[in-house]
Amino acid sequence: MSEGIGARVLRKEDKRFITGKGRYTDDIIEPNQAYAAFVRSPHAHARIVSVDASAALAMEGVEIVLTGPELVADGIGNIICGWGVTSKDGSPMNMGAWSALATEKVRYVGDAVAIVVADSKAQAKLAAEVVVVTYEELPVVVGSVDALAPSAPKIHDNAPGNLIFDWEIGDLSPTDAALASAAHVTEMEITNNRLAPNPLEPRSAIATFNEAEDHYTLYTTSQNPHVARLVLSAFYNVAPEHKLRVIAPDVGGGFGAKIYIYPEEIACLWASMKSGRSVKWTSDRTEAFLTDAHGRDHVSTAKIGFDSDGKIVGLKVNTKANLGAYMSLFSSAVPTYLYATLLSGQYDIANIYCDVQAVYTNTVPVDAYRGAGRPEACYVIERIMETAAREMGMDPAELRAKNFVRSFPHQTPVIMAYDSGDFDANLKQAQEAADVAGFGARKAEAARRGKLRGMGYSNYIEACGIAPSAAVGSLGAGVGLWESAEVRVNPVGTIEILTGSHSHGQGHETTFAQIVAERFDLPTENIQIVHGDTDKVQFGMGTYGSRSGAVGMSAIVKAMDKVEAKVKKIAAHVLEAGEDDIVIEGGAVKVAGTDKQMLWHEVGLAAYTAHNIPEGMEPGLKESAFYDPTNFTFPAGCYICEVEVDPETGVTDVVQFVASDDFGTIINPMIVEGQVHGGIAQGIGQAMLENVVYDAAGQQLSASYMDYAMPRADDLPNYSVHHASTTCPGNPLGMKGCGEAGAIGSPPAVINAITDAIGNNNLSMPATPAAVWAALQDVSQKLAAE
Amino acid sequence: MKIAMTVNGKSVSRDVADNTLLVEYIRDNLRLTGTHVGCDTSQCGACVVHVDGKAMKSCTMLAASAEGAAVTTVEGLAKSKDDLHPMQVAFKENHGLQCGFCTPGMIMTATDMVARYQLEGKTLTEESIRHELEGNICRCTGYHNIVKSIADGASKMTSV
Repeated sequence: MSEGIGARVLRKEDKRFITGKGRYTDDIIEPNQAYAAFVRSPHAHARIVSVDASAALAMEGVEIVLTGPELVADGIGNIICGWGVTSKDGSPMNMGAWSALATEKVRYVGDAVAIVVADSKAQAKLAAEVVVVTYEELPVVVGSVDALAPSAPKIHDNAPGNLIFDWEIGDLSPTDAALASAAHVTEMEITNNRLAPNPLEPRSAIATFNEAEDHYTLYTTSQNPHVARLVLSAFYNVAPEHKLRVIAPDVGGGFGAKIYIYPEEIACLWASMKSGRSVKWTSDRTEAFLTDAHGRDHVSTAKIGFDSDGKIVGLKVNTKANLGAYMSLFSSAVPTYLYATLLSGQYDIANIYCDVQAVYTNTVPVDAYRGAGRPEACYVIERIMETAAREMGMDPAELRAKNFVRSFPHQTPVIMAYDSGDFDANLKQAQEAADVAGFGARKAEAARRGKLRGMGYSNYIEACGIAPSAAVGSLGAGVGLWESAEVRVNPVGTIEILTGSHSHGQGHETTFAQIVAERFDLPTENIQIVHGDTDKVQFGMGTYGSRSGAVGMSAIVKAMDKVEAKVKKIAAHVLEAGEDDIVIEGGAVKVAGTDKQMLWHEVGLAAYTAHNIPEGMEPGLKESAFYDPTNFTFPAGCYICEVEVDPETGVTDVVQFVASDDFGTIINPMIVEGQVHGGIAQGIGQAMLENVVYDAAGQQLSASYMDYAMPRADDLPNYSVHHASTTCPGNPLGMKGCGEAGAIGSPPAVINAITDAIGNNNLSMPATPAAVWAALQDVSQKLAAE
Repeated sequence: MKIAMTVNGKSVSRDVADNTLLVEYIRDNLRLTGTHVGCDTSQCGACVVHVDGKAMKSCTMLAASAEGAAVTTVEGLAKSKDDLHPMQVAFKENHGLQCGFCTPGMIMTATDMVARYQLEGKTLTEESIRHELEGNICRCTGYHNIVKSIADGASKMTSV
């Protein structure tokens, strides 16, 4: 089947996007729609003394101005973090209260204080500017290490020392003992810079309260509309679940930032009820920098020990994770169970210990951004492996290979049980594609042109397809992480697939149709994917953590199993054959080895007319399934980056980037390659360009595209993308997931390459020309001193 | 104030506030929502349209400045509604889009780029495509397939 699994099928969704017919939230205008603007704190930390909206309310077109105390009085609940993490001493995490509109204090620049609703966007924005908020400024802290200092200002009353939790994993004393006995120990300080996710479509919401029906509709830019509905109803009390419809139409990228339920959606729903108008809010870009959850921001120290053979004996890591001013929905899981559980990398390490202090600061809340914890783990282990190889005078690939896990399943000391992989195959494939053997000649040639050429490896492993619900539940998750699907075969034989996964660029309308086409041997044009609407799809957990393939598609497979069984029963009955003799192929349902058959649509019609189906069988052809994975999946691979540095300016070009990935079964190589390209671009962005910068007063200095260096076409190379795959034993299709690998694997490869080129390992992300130039000056000063 | 122009070959006129931006006129008044807004500093290029044959960022231009002009948006790029412009075809065939949000601006920039190079008798190389894209941001594709799409679209446009 040319459109089945493994085919490079062009995307079904493309036509509406290339012709301007996509339907994004901000494209929608509801009848009687008003526009919202938010009054936001200009201070990073301050007490609210008073709010005076009288001038705003007197302006033309202004409908209503609402503040935090009114929100509390109406019983709207605080914003929650959905994953409980327990500290070393057994105490629960210290979650400070987060009201959608601030009540007594503001805790970061951008914290919402009031919502203004007016006839036009311009009127709402102007009116928001004349709401007079009197603040009493408080001392500010922006960095995680500073926030833990005894003198630091206190951000939440119930978090002494600004400590949210002090968590640990692994065994401390065996790890210390292993490091003490090691023949070689490498120790590093490693910072993972703070990033702004920046999906190109800004967040947007349109809330409509229909008083006559006592019903709410919310259009929103969400990666998981069902989770949004659940949280909005169960925790925020804006509407009961059966009276709230959440629709996430076309969504212009997510990368994690659109998982969470933000103050703005809550306030728009509530303001719609208060005003009787549809209320629309669309973020502008600076507002996105000030309010979309940021990613990363870890400060770590790491220590790795080797025996005299170069085998790793122990790894010890301490990490300070900056979670910003409030705990966002999954913020606690990111620097713990999504991070430290991957510190073993691709290596067989007997002893690992990691402890993590998560802290409040006066900054934007930090949560999952493409990779979520796994890029931070990969950066720690792959930077320190490269550094150790240099210190021991070993080839970095050889040191890695010496320590590879080679038998599966492999239980690491940090929860994860790797189920499959062939790390040697990825390494070899990447080395061949990168022509590692020819690197010396390329370096010499670059030197003749006055350029410093360097090469860096990153052998990443990550965990996707999150995960068995019981397992994540035991680790503190507040939700199950299964997925649902419904397969509806219509009387004419066309098929609708309803899925709880959500597509915001991943191409589900194509790939999900491909697995159905493969199973029932039908053209993809006869298959429609329905998602993103809580009135159509009963429930779903949404799309993040590269889970739509391994979990979402598995649910479809389970539902298709049931459809197939019923189809075979009906055909066997009509054709007077045994069920086991029925095969589905070529658009027909046949008795194997005979010319007896029903066309596919004839079976559909038979099911719905119910004139001649087995006795006792229910009419119709519609099945649903919930799929709960048995394990995480473990995509892995080898990335090799080559750079050239201009020593005069520090300007660095990525001249070659090779990826060899193991994603298990691949449904559509074209789409998978696109996911890897985009992930690598974000990884190179983190390594060389992007950085959220705060000044000491907590003002974000990088809150626009004039100031935050988004990767552009001429910053990036073409990517050389390859696959060497092993089948994942944990799900029916053998898939591992591909959405985040590029962003996880690439930053250490880039920094390892640049530090190789300049001969100075002391370089932090982003490696801007200024940073690279400064690191080069250190080298020349050292050389001069010697 | 009343502002009239030709959009996608059709004469239009709307009474709007003086400070209405061209992108607002297109999106909110004409309800042509293929033109997008991704930033507020003229950096991202999601709003690119053609004004009198030249690529312009419609978020940076007052609607009043386009009075009397001929404007083409992504909705009006193809010859007819049953047709696709060769550049649109190239983006689909080369997987030059993922979430689709930057795509209309990319395609409008790309067609302008190809037309300019053809007019000046210059050849678009990978390097020049990347350089010409400095005013358009994509967060999904890493640009690899966008560059490929534009190169392919350029040859498709030449052979038409």
